[in-house]
Amino acid sequence: MAECCCGNERLRLIYPCSGGAGVGDLLDRIARKLAKEGFGKMSCLAGVGADISGFTASARDAELNLTIDCCSMRWAAKNFENRGIKPFSLILTEMGFTKGNTEVNDSTIETAFAILKKELKKMKINTTTTSPDSYC
Amino acid sequence: MIIKVLGTGCPKCIQQERAVVKAIEKTGSDATVKKVTEINDIMNYGVMMTPALVIDEKVVTVGKVLSAEKIAEMINK
Repeated sequence: MAECCCGNERLRLIYPCSGGAGVGDLLDRIARKLAKEGFGKMSCLAGVGADISGFTASARDAELNLTIDCCSMRWAAKNFENRGIKPFSLILTEMGFTKGNTEVNDSTIETAFAILKKELKKMKINTTTTSPDSYC
Repeated sequence: MIIKVLGTGCPKCIQQERAVVKAIEKTGSDATVKKVTEINDIMNYGVMMTPALVIDEKVVTVGKVLSAEKIAEMINK
């Protein structure tokens, strides 16, 4: 949901490329978990791909766009690069999860989420909440 | 030209609307200003933060207040 910028919050957007792969399920869940923890907001990758001006303007004006792709094809990240926006790009299969061979359960979700947060730290991205002190 | 200010009525949204009005006066444009305050209408534009500015149905900025000068440049384009 859109929020107002009257606080000092920074707009961080999260785009999971759930795609058609089985690991997409896992990816979607850890992205939503990241959003629920207050790291940023889920946004619509299809909206960016379709070049809907609200989504592309949101991405362009965001402090950070985090794309999480299932595989090294990096289609999510390329959506942004093709529009001249540099995303922070992570790839699930490079975190040790393989297509067609990853069971999605509480354990894998927790493991993947811990790895995701570690990767964000490596990229020197602060994983603490960005929620504003106050809304207007 | 139709310029829409998307925002639920927060101080920055009001500030943005004033800047739009000032820009229109400055340029002598016949553009009209519309406020979009309903959250569902705002969401339909795909913006993730307000205020947002829409010129002729194209979202041009999100989550910041543009100056009247900057808006005037956009009007004159």
